[in-house]
Amino acid sequence: MNTRPVALLLLMVGALAGCGGAPEDGRPAELLNVSYDPTREFYQEFNAAFATFWREKSGQEVSTRQSHGGAGAQARAVIDGLEGDVVTLALAYDIDAIASTGLIDAGWQKRLPHNSAPYTSTIVFLVRKGNPKGIKDWGDLLKADVAVITPNPKTSGGARWNYLAAWGYALHQPNGNEPRAREFVTKLLAKVPVLDSGARGSTNTFVQRGIGDVLLAWENEAYLAIDETNDAVEIVVPSVSILAEPPVTVVDEVVDKKGTRAVAEAYLQYLYSPEGQELVVKHHYRPRNAQVAAKYASSFADVELFTIDGVFGGWQTAQKTHFADGGIFDQIYKPTSGTR
Amino acid sequence: MLTASRKRSGVLPGFGLTLGFTLLYLSLLVLIPLAGLPIRSTSMGWEAFWQTVSDPRVTSSYRLTMTTSFLAACINGLFGLIVAWVLVRYRFPGRRFVDAAIDLPFALPTAVAGITLTTLYAPNGWLGRPLAKLGIPVVFTPSGITIALIFIGSPFVIRTLQPVIQDLDVELEEAATSLGAGRWQVIRRVILPYLFPAWLTGVALAFARAIGEYGSVVFIAGNMPMRTEITPLLIVTKLEQYDYAGATAVALVLLVMSFALLLMINLLQGWTERRIAH
Amino acid sequence: MTTTAAPGVSATRGHVIIPSKVRRLTEPSIVRFVLTGMALAFLMLFLAVPLTAVFVEALSRGLAAYVAAMAEPFTIAALRLTLITTAIAVPANLVFGLCAAWVIGKFQFRGRHVLTTLIDLPFAVSPVIAGLVFVLLFGRQGFFGPWLAEHGVRIIFAVPGIVLATVFVSLPFIAREVIPVMEASGAQEEEAARVLGAGGLQTFFRVTLPNIKWGVLYGVILCSARAIGEFGAVSVVSGHIRGLTNTLPLHVEILYNEYQFQAAFAVASILTCLALVTLVAKTIAERRLHT
Repeated sequence: MNTRPVALLLLMVGALAGCGGAPEDGRPAELLNVSYDPTREFYQEFNAAFATFWREKSGQEVSTRQSHGGAGAQARAVIDGLEGDVVTLALAYDIDAIASTGLIDAGWQKRLPHNSAPYTSTIVFLVRKGNPKGIKDWGDLLKADVAVITPNPKTSGGARWNYLAAWGYALHQPNGNEPRAREFVTKLLAKVPVLDSGARGSTNTFVQRGIGDVLLAWENEAYLAIDETNDAVEIVVPSVSILAEPPVTVVDEVVDKKGTRAVAEAYLQYLYSPEGQELVVKHHYRPRNAQVAAKYASSFADVELFTIDGVFGGWQTAQKTHFADGGIFDQIYKPTSGTR
Repeated sequence: MLTASRKRSGVLPGFGLTLGFTLLYLSLLVLIPLAGLPIRSTSMGWEAFWQTVSDPRVTSSYRLTMTTSFLAACINGLFGLIVAWVLVRYRFPGRRFVDAAIDLPFALPTAVAGITLTTLYAPNGWLGRPLAKLGIPVVFTPSGITIALIFIGSPFVIRTLQPVIQDLDVELEEAATSLGAGRWQVIRRVILPYLFPAWLTGVALAFARAIGEYGSVVFIAGNMPMRTEITPLLIVTKLEQYDYAGATAVALVLLVMSFALLLMINLLQGWTERRIAH
Repeated sequence: MTTTAAPGVSATRGHVIIPSKVRRLTEPSIVRFVLTGMALAFLMLFLAVPLTAVFVEALSRGLAAYVAAMAEPFTIAALRLTLITTAIAVPANLVFGLCAAWVIGKFQFRGRHVLTTLIDLPFAVSPVIAGLVFVLLFGRQGFFGPWLAEHGVRIIFAVPGIVLATVFVSLPFIAREVIPVMEASGAQEEEAARVLGAGGLQTFFRVTLPNIKWGVLYGVILCSARAIGEFGAVSVVSGHIRGLTNTLPLHVEILYNEYQFQAAFAVASILTCLALVTLVAKTIAERRLHT
C-alpha cells in the first residue's frame, strides 16, 4: 500500500492551517467581529460603512467578517481560540469571562465611553396583531391563558436581560421586595412552553411557528420581527423595563498578534460617531449620542428604565445570585418541570 | 498483541504496513481524541464527576434521550419490518424507486431534516395544523423529538432486514406449509424467529444512531431543561456556559452508553451471520 | 433483485429468489394489500412529504428569489468549503478504508474483531462528542492549545478543525463496505499472482481492485454523503465565520436564524439534490456490486 497520498494530504491540511501574519500598512486588513444573535443585520450594514470610512481616512482596505450565535457560545469560542479582533456581545459578563482567561485586559469596560456600550436597548413585549390577550404590562403576563416565550437564561444573554427586567419590575411595585419578585418570576417561568437556547430561536418560535401569546424580546429584535412579518405582530411597551447595555471591546491578545489594533479600535470608535449612531437607530437600537438621540426621540417609546448596576449590583453579582448552577433560576425553574 | 497467524495467506504482502497504518490513523483520529474525555474527567475528581452526571437535569436528559430513542427504534422496528418484507416479497409499481429512496434520511444532512420537520410539524405547518386541531402538539415536545429520530433511524432496520429476508430459505416455508401449518403459524413459528437477530441488530443500530443525534433534533426539540433537552444538546449547553468539565463528564457517560451498544450490535451481527451461514 | 446493506452494516450475502416460487407461499391478498399500504404510508409520511416540503419552501417566493439565494457569495463560499472538506476527508478515509479492509479481509490475527469494533466507534459516538474532543485537544485551553498558539497554527475554528471533525464522523463507511467484499473475494487470486511474480502494488491494482471496485465505490458514496451533510460535529468546531468557516449545513442554520426561511430552504435544496444524486449513484453501484 502506497502511503504517499496520505503524506500529501497531511501537507494539504498543514498548508490550509495557514498563519495569520501581521498585515503591513497599506495592505488590506481583515477584522473578525464575534457578536451575538440579534446584531446580524446591523453589523452587516455597519461593516460596509466602516470600510468606506476607513478607506477615506487611512487609505487601507478593510473587510470585516462576522460570526454570530448565542452570546455564551460565542464567548466560549473566543476563549477556545476563535480569533475575533473585536467582540460585541450581549452582556458584560460574557466579556468578563473572556477577560478572565487573559485575552482581554481586566479594565476593558472603562476603555470606551458609556461602559463600553455604544448602543442600548430594552426589553419589550411582542404580541399577536390586535393584542388579542390584552397585554399591557408585566402583570398581564400572569393571566391564566397567556403563554410566554423567552430563551433560556443559562445560555442566552437576551434571556438574562428578560429575566432581570421581570425581577426589577416586581421589585419596583408598591410593597415590592425580594420574595415577591421571586414569586413573580417563578410564576412567569411556569408560563413558558419553549425555552430556546438563543434569542433568535425564541423569535422564530414565536413568529414563524406561531407558538405563545407574548414574546419577551430585545426592542430592536421586536421591530425587526414586525418588518419581517409584514405587521402580523405588534409591540407592547411595559411601564418599566431594564436598560440593556451590550458592550464591545477589542480582544487585546488577538489584535496585538495580528497587528490590527489600530483598525480594530477605530472600528469600535466609529460605533460612537454620528454616522455609526445613525445606523444604530436605523436598526432600532437606542443611540448614545445626545444629538442623534434628540433627533430620533419620537422613534423610541418612553419607558422608565432601570440599570443592572442600580438594582442588581452589576453583572458579576447578578450572575452569581441568579444564573450560576444552583442559583435562583435553577431553584425556581425546577419545580415547574415535569408538568405540561 | 497483534501478530498475524496468516492462516489464509502465507504469501500476501503488506500485513505490517497496512495494519500499522490502520492503527496509526485510527489512533490519531479516533482513539487519542476520545481518550481525552476520560483524561479530562479525571481532573475533576470522582465526587464532582458524580455530582455532575447525577444532577436531576442531566438524568432527566438521559431519560428523555433513552425513551425517545427507544420509542423511535421500536416504531422503526415495526414499520421497518413491514417495509422490508413488502419490498422483498411483494411486487408493485414503483417498487425499485421506493427501494432506492429508503436511504434518503441517511444521505440528507441532519440540519435539513431538522428545519424541514420543524416546518412541517409546527402548529402552522402542513402536518402540524391538523394535529394541532386535534389538540396534539408535536414541535417542541418529546413527540417531535421522536419523529425526528424515526426519520433518521428509518433506513437501518429496513436495510439490515432486506438481505436476510432475501436469504430466507423458501423450502423451509414450503416444508412447514406441507406439514399443515397455516400461513400465520409459518410466519410466527418459522419466519419471525429466523429474522429476529437481524431485526434486533437493525433496531439496535437505529437506537445507537438516535442516542447521539443532534442536528435534526435541535431544531424541533425546544430545549426545555428537564422536558425536551436531549443529552447531546445538554453537552453543547454546558460548553456555552464555560462548563468544560461538566460537558466532558456528560459526554463520557454518553460515550460509554454508545460503546456498550456498539459491542452489543457486533455480538448481534455475529449471531445473525451464524444464523444465515448454517 | 439486489442485496442491500444499511450504512455502517456489513452487507450479508444474498442470492436471487424467483418471484413465482415466492407467490405460492404468500399471505392472503388482503393482507398483502394492507401491508403494502402501511409500508407506503410510512414512507410517504417520512420521505416523500419532507422531500416535497424542502422544494416547496425553497420556491415559495418564486424562481428569482431561489436563484438569488443560490448566487449569494456566502452560499457559494459555504458550498466551496463543503466541497473542499469532502475532497480531503473522503480520499483520506478511502486510503484508510482500503488498508483496514486489506488487513482485516485478507489476514487472520488476534484482535481482529476488536479492530473491527473500533472502526465502527465513530458511527456510534454522538457528533457533538466528536466536535468536543477536538476542542479539548486543540482549543486554546486544550492539551495542544498553548503549543499551537505559540506556533501560529490554527486548527479549531479554521478549515483543519472542520476537516478533522468530518474525517472522524465519516471514517467507518468505506472500511465497513469494503471489508465484506474483500473477505468474500478470498486470497487465492492474490496468492496466485504473487507466486507468478507480481509485485505487491501490482497485485493490488491488477487483481484485488477489480474485484472490490463496486464495493469501494459504494463506500465512497456513503462516506461522501456523511461528509457533505455533517452538522453537529462541525458546528462545535466551526466558529461560524461567514464566508470562511461556514459549511453548507451550517449556512442553512444561519439563514434559518436570520428570518430568511426561503433562502434557508433554497440552500437546503442544494444539499437535498446532492443527496438525491448520491442515492442514484448508490443504486447503480449496488446493482453492479451484486451482479
